[in-house]
Amino acid sequence: MRKFSNTWIFATLAVFVVFFSVAAPGFFSSIGLRSVALFASEPLLLAVAETFVIISGGIDLSVGAVLGFTGVVGALVMRSVWTSSQSLGLSIAAATLVAVGIGTALGAVSGIIIAKLRVPPFVVTLGMLGICRGMTFVLTSGQAIIGLPETLGVIGNFTLLGFLPVTTLVAILIIGAASICLSRTPMGRYVYAMGGNRQAAVRAGVPVARYTISIYATSGFLAGWAGLMILARFATGSPLSGQNSELNAIAAAVIGGTSLSGGIGSIGGAIAGALIIVVLLVGLVIMNVQPYWQMAAVGGILILAVFFDNLRFGRSLGE
Amino acid sequence: MDREVILRVENVSKNFGGVQAVQRVSFDVHKGEVVGLLGDNGAGKSTVIKMIAGVLRPTQGSISLMGERVDSTSPREVRERGIETIYQDLALADNLGITANIFLGREYRKKILGMTFLDERRMREQTEQILARLKITLPSPRAQVRDLSGGQRQSVAIGRAVFWRAKLVILDEPTAALGVKERANVLELIKSLKTQDVAVILISHNLTDVFEVTDRLVVMRRGEIIRELNTRESTEHQIVHLMIGSEN
Repeated sequence: MRKFSNTWIFATLAVFVVFFSVAAPGFFSSIGLRSVALFASEPLLLAVAETFVIISGGIDLSVGAVLGFTGVVGALVMRSVWTSSQSLGLSIAAATLVAVGIGTALGAVSGIIIAKLRVPPFVVTLGMLGICRGMTFVLTSGQAIIGLPETLGVIGNFTLLGFLPVTTLVAILIIGAASICLSRTPMGRYVYAMGGNRQAAVRAGVPVARYTISIYATSGFLAGWAGLMILARFATGSPLSGQNSELNAIAAAVIGGTSLSGGIGSIGGAIAGALIIVVLLVGLVIMNVQPYWQMAAVGGILILAVFFDNLRFGRSLGE
Repeated sequence: MDREVILRVENVSKNFGGVQAVQRVSFDVHKGEVVGLLGDNGAGKSTVIKMIAGVLRPTQGSISLMGERVDSTSPREVRERGIETIYQDLALADNLGITANIFLGREYRKKILGMTFLDERRMREQTEQILARLKITLPSPRAQVRDLSGGQRQSVAIGRAVFWRAKLVILDEPTAALGVKERANVLELIKSLKTQDVAVILISHNLTDVFEVTDRLVVMRRGEIIRELNTRESTEHQIVHLMIGSEN
């Protein structure tokens, strides 16, 4: 059944690509496809993060805000290391360590509150969204952080072989690791078990609390990487990064066949779902549609995807 | 009976606040024996079962498995010590395969480059062996549990218990909601547990099933054991009267 639905998702992606190739002259060109590839790294990372959490039976509304916060903290660290050492390698290493570390820690905090204090994931991660957004503006006073090494932007926008941006390559490698984790490790098995029948997992002796913390920490880890990728592409720490990214991430996961009731989903689906959203966003820009319509389109597609998910479920129950 | 005692319940009582749910209950279960625990709703059967499974702690008395006390431990520890309880809702994860369910929480692992992975092949081989040993036929060890029938799901749950070398399996209404043929399969499976030297406590409202597979009957009423009898020496009629309290 999963194979069947993944085929449909990739077919939908193909339909989107064909549609914009026709409707948006210039979309199906090296520049158009390159923008899709460049723009894809954060939606891909966040869609995978969301897929992990939703399969386990939870939800993470804080991915976009964590991305924004880790991005500006990474930028601040990078600027101070760059000013004092003038070493590009050292600045990037320090920013990576801090951004990914903080992202993971914030996710772990959400996980601990969910697992130990039994506050629902929806509430905890909505609260974390507010906290991260607030802290981002406190740290930056609403101003973008500039004065980062110029070479950073060159690296962040560098394209291998003419079509594969470095940032997207990094995202692909991380997603590959996440995919192996989900399909071949005990943690991945427990992600599915907890979402499928939490009670069964508890009775079987799965340390559910510990894995809940790991799952939200993984989500934060991926959001931290997404924050870094945005930082690398724009070579500026913008306090506005990641706004509404949670909408894109949840929509991508659900379009990719992840069931909001938990237990079902795949990384392959998440990738296709994220690409559908990226193609839609880039396509609308090339068609010169007002940017505000993008959010409305994603919102509409999210609702549609859940509707189709229900249909699919209804059918499989009838079998 | 001269066979080895697997489970000994001695003078066990349980109070909930001022209410005495179970009073001074004592019985033994021997190796390879199927004991039916009978009683009307509210007789105290599930309280007794929950105490054996480690979910509830007895107010008084002791429960021991092969001579060692188990009455003050957690459900997980009780399970690790060899008492497996299969509840009505089966506690299987529908979205996982048969193998994944049998090994849930106790997966075989292997290390590759210092990282821990699931050893799927070894788990699948072991699953095929245990299913064959219990003569359980299922579509494929890779099939998802959601695609199995009620009886097949029951078999997976029992197979899991046997695989992990349970010494005592507690079955709570295993044939409720099953079709005729499925019911027969599950009863066969319970009988085959005997040949594996596993002791069984069976709770069922279906007296026909109880008479088909049990060796001994323990009848409860209002929190007390009112009679223990050998299945062969009793009749359904007699049991019904004992359960509802009109035996004289």
